[in-house]
Amino acid sequence: MNSILKLVAQRIALSLMLLLMISVLIFAGTMILPGDVAQSILGQSATPEALANLRADLGLNDPPVTRYFQWLFGALQGDLGNALTSGQDITSAISTRLSNTLFLAFWAALIAVPLAIFLGLLAVRYKDRWPDKLISGVTLASISIPEFLIGYVLMYLIAVKLRWFPSVAMINDGMNLWQKLNSIALPVAVLTLVVLAHMMRMTRAAILNVMQSAYIETAELKGLSTFKVIWRHAFPNSIAPIVNVVMLNLAYLVVGVVVIEVVFVYPGMGQYLVDHVSKRDVPVVQACGLIFAAVYIGLNMVADIVSILSNPRLRHPK
Amino acid sequence: MKNIPISALVGLFFTGLYFLAAIFAPLLAPYGMAEVVGDVWEPSSAEFLLGTDNIGRDLLSRIIYGGRTTIFIATVATILSFTTGSVLGIFAAVAGGWVDQVLSRFVDLLMSIPTLIFALVVLSVTPVTVPMLILVMGLLDSTRVFRLARAVAVDIEVMDFVEAARLRGERTAWIIFREILPNALSPLVAEMGLRFIFMVLFVSTLSFLGLGVQPPEADWGGIVKENKDGIVYGIPAALIPAFAIATLAISVNLVADWVLNRTTSLKGGRG
Amino acid sequence: MSEPILKVRNLKIGATVYPPGEKPHDIEIVHGVSFDLERGKVLGLIGESGAGKSTIGLASMAYGRGGVEITGGEVWVNGRDILQSQMHDIRKLRGGEVTYVSQSAAASFNPARTIMEQVIEAAVEQGKFSRRDAEARARILFDKLGLPDPENIGRRYPHQVSGGQLQRCMTALALCPEPDLVVFDEPTTALDVTTQIDVLMAIKEAIRDTGVAALYITHDLAVVAQVSDDIMVLRHGETVEYGSVNQIINEPQEEYTQALVSVRSIDHEEKAPTEEPVLSVRNISARYKGTKFDVLHSVNVDLYPGQTLAVVGESGSGKSTLARVITGLLPPREGEISFAGRTLSADFNTRTREDLRELQMIYQMADVAMNPRQTVATIIGRPLEFYFGLRGAKKRQRIIELLDEIELGEGFMDRYPAELSGGQKQRVCIARALAAKPKVIICDEVTSALDPLVADGILKLLLNLQKIEDVAYLFITHDLATVRAISDNIAVMYKGKVQRYGAKSQVLSPPFDDYTDLLLSSVPEMKIGWLEEVIAHRKMESAGN
Repeated sequence: MNSILKLVAQRIALSLMLLLMISVLIFAGTMILPGDVAQSILGQSATPEALANLRADLGLNDPPVTRYFQWLFGALQGDLGNALTSGQDITSAISTRLSNTLFLAFWAALIAVPLAIFLGLLAVRYKDRWPDKLISGVTLASISIPEFLIGYVLMYLIAVKLRWFPSVAMINDGMNLWQKLNSIALPVAVLTLVVLAHMMRMTRAAILNVMQSAYIETAELKGLSTFKVIWRHAFPNSIAPIVNVVMLNLAYLVVGVVVIEVVFVYPGMGQYLVDHVSKRDVPVVQACGLIFAAVYIGLNMVADIVSILSNPRLRHPK
Repeated sequence: MKNIPISALVGLFFTGLYFLAAIFAPLLAPYGMAEVVGDVWEPSSAEFLLGTDNIGRDLLSRIIYGGRTTIFIATVATILSFTTGSVLGIFAAVAGGWVDQVLSRFVDLLMSIPTLIFALVVLSVTPVTVPMLILVMGLLDSTRVFRLARAVAVDIEVMDFVEAARLRGERTAWIIFREILPNALSPLVAEMGLRFIFMVLFVSTLSFLGLGVQPPEADWGGIVKENKDGIVYGIPAALIPAFAIATLAISVNLVADWVLNRTTSLKGGRG
Repeated sequence: MSEPILKVRNLKIGATVYPPGEKPHDIEIVHGVSFDLERGKVLGLIGESGAGKSTIGLASMAYGRGGVEITGGEVWVNGRDILQSQMHDIRKLRGGEVTYVSQSAAASFNPARTIMEQVIEAAVEQGKFSRRDAEARARILFDKLGLPDPENIGRRYPHQVSGGQLQRCMTALALCPEPDLVVFDEPTTALDVTTQIDVLMAIKEAIRDTGVAALYITHDLAVVAQVSDDIMVLRHGETVEYGSVNQIINEPQEEYTQALVSVRSIDHEEKAPTEEPVLSVRNISARYKGTKFDVLHSVNVDLYPGQTLAVVGESGSGKSTLARVITGLLPPREGEISFAGRTLSADFNTRTREDLRELQMIYQMADVAMNPRQTVATIIGRPLEFYFGLRGAKKRQRIIELLDEIELGEGFMDRYPAELSGGQKQRVCIARALAAKPKVIICDEVTSALDPLVADGILKLLLNLQKIEDVAYLFITHDLATVRAISDNIAVMYKGKVQRYGAKSQVLSPPFDDYTDLLLSSVPEMKIGWLEEVIAHRKMESAGN
């Protein structure tokens, strides 16, 4: 068991290190590239004195390394600084928006993951027959369609023409769960569609890969029924690849969320980020970038840890 | 060339159509790109085949010009991504040792954040111009090409015929261009189609978010953004450029799929 | 005479092929094969790769691997034609009446479940035994098959036991449900020769004790002669000869069978060491990067001009590592190599072009030793161009000469490797090495991936070329028959050390050290009853000790 713990610990350490490097990259990316924050806040007509004052206020005169560590330690303590444009405290602004985004992503995942695995299994069961072909056709189309098209088509048909759900996904604390769900129904549907095809195809590939192993042939030559072959021999070896597929797609969902929030004017992290990129509000962008990166790295880490834990060679060392 | 499947033919036809429309845009477009010629969101008519947009410009003309911008940016970014990624990837595989380590770890790092998020972070401080967009998109995407090229090259590099060439005393250039590249080409070319689709979607998404091509310049993602408010009033103008993006991407995909199937089944190909 | 357990009549098997650039189409791979197998008897199916022997074996379970389909004929098991049976009955047959042992036990065991679960699964599932009885039976089988700790080995996972042990577990898996027929598909091919003999004996005894009938599929006639009652020789999906083991081994009728029986009997007169050695390996110790243990320990060997030094050993003996050290791919930790009177630089990158040219290499897998995108002319022509600056007509002339030397001829110039057979590929690799006019060629298991007859042809060619070109071979192999056929000197390697070294006649005659004795006595001989003799001999010796 020790070797497993060691591998898991290593994997966690690697993720933390990656995150640290990413924070350097995000910080450096917003600092070294041309463009002066003070200038962009005050505009071209600003007086030199006003610019100098603002630079001093923002700590822009400190060396970059100092500023990086100040920013990093602040972030570690939950202080992400203030937004340049509104002067608002970023941490509190983000916390409601992050929970909104997670709420949206959670429901999308809750629907998409089981559905995708089920459909993936279906594709394996009916390999090269029409359900399989339909699924690969849908996948081909779906990786070619921009997320916002799916969003607007659904909005146009379901919200505007049929009037089943609202076209704009407003939520606030005053709403009960049912109202909230009604409000986010369309964005959840779009997100589900966005990740579904990918997840289905990858699940199919992962299971087919296992089904082609020699031990599946052995099981078939024992005269086991198809169900027993899958349940006893294919399934235990498919867990890791399937979890991997799910995690990869959840990570993909995190990106999809940015566009979908803009489409449905949903008050989440994605919209917050996009708004402040166009306003060139660097501290907000840094904070959002860091959080998105952390979620992404975290999901990848979970996938790797699951495959470490489910590897029989590691679970039962010699 | 007799055995081209129907799907690939359809793909080839539409891809060709879009590219031709992009090249000959000024000849094809009935009106100027930024010319206000009618009322806001006029429905389609003989005068304006696809109607007009949110400030009364001819939508068809804008889509034709927009396609030109989108396809141009995506093509150049694909070429940039491709050359950078494959040259560095194969170089890393052949050089091995610390060169490979440094390059690979750096790419791992870049790939540990979603491309879109990274692009947004960078675009928040850089001027949003077409060359800058191409540079950011091309370089960020080259990480994917790097991984593929490196993986393919590493697979080939461990083969005995490469070892035999090294033991013969061949130079690195010979090994890269005569032994590895001919064998790595087909998976890379097939990938090129996918990278192009990704670029089309990427630039459209950025423009849709308002962080890509800036008005009055037209591109498909930007046209969606300009007309999106119409949707709630039941005006589907925003859907048309979005459909253009989807059909272009699907067409290229159909072609790429066929190329991939064909090259992997080639004799001596890497299947 | 009782009703045969397995009766195959005019069996035809087809497969769908997907040739590049053409429409997929069906071809026939087995063309009407018939045989009978009685209770308690063993039928050996022998043939080269592509003879259809595994396909026929699986057909006796109504199973087609990949796109393979049984297209005609009858397969009667226990008096009913299973090709006409319903899936439900076929499931009863598989794992109950007929079971299967594959070549690679390592891949055929599910890595996520214990050995015991998998060994008893069929027996329990088919309702032959209760779980408890099946487990008891499995433990008896483990014991009978000579597995260590038969009580507990079932609790282990497949990766926790060695390859030879897992192969025996697979045999236990097949025997556990008390089947009427077991299909053994190359069960010892992947094993080292000293392991093979034990597994072979275990299988033979298990067959005898349980009275089960068996189809024994292999490419090695010497192996099948030890376990079979009858033998069927197959080629390209057709029966060449079918008879008792005695008739096939001692009085083969068909030319092809005769060739198979007399394979490995190349006569090669040993040459005495003449002048100075062309290649001297002195005190070489080596380890792989990042490891802490040497895989070669002070190795000393000499190779004389125009002669062959065979380096023989099992997997893990360090023989291939020695080749990597000599070629400069793995610089040694200690020791030096002298070549044609000069000291070779440890790393091939710093060797002179002359050194590189005079020391050539031929690989085991000819498929990956040639660039699939280059024609034969390019492959052979490159060393001519690179070392001798030959171009145009002169180069072409020399390529044709080389193609003639390897018995292929001018017609092969524009072919790609994918258009060549396994033996032809290896010949082109030989020509590429010869093109450099080397003093020494390192041959790394060059015949192991080839069918016996093809391998024989390659060995004869190499011997012939040695006479013409006066080139020395460092011949790395695990196969003692090959060693006998080709070597002048032999180095036996074991765990990274040279265990025994000297002239062929000396190394191969007693007194032996223990390992060499074990190794030599483990090589199957084309002789009925050889297996029992060896085992009896070994038992006597250990009793004597």
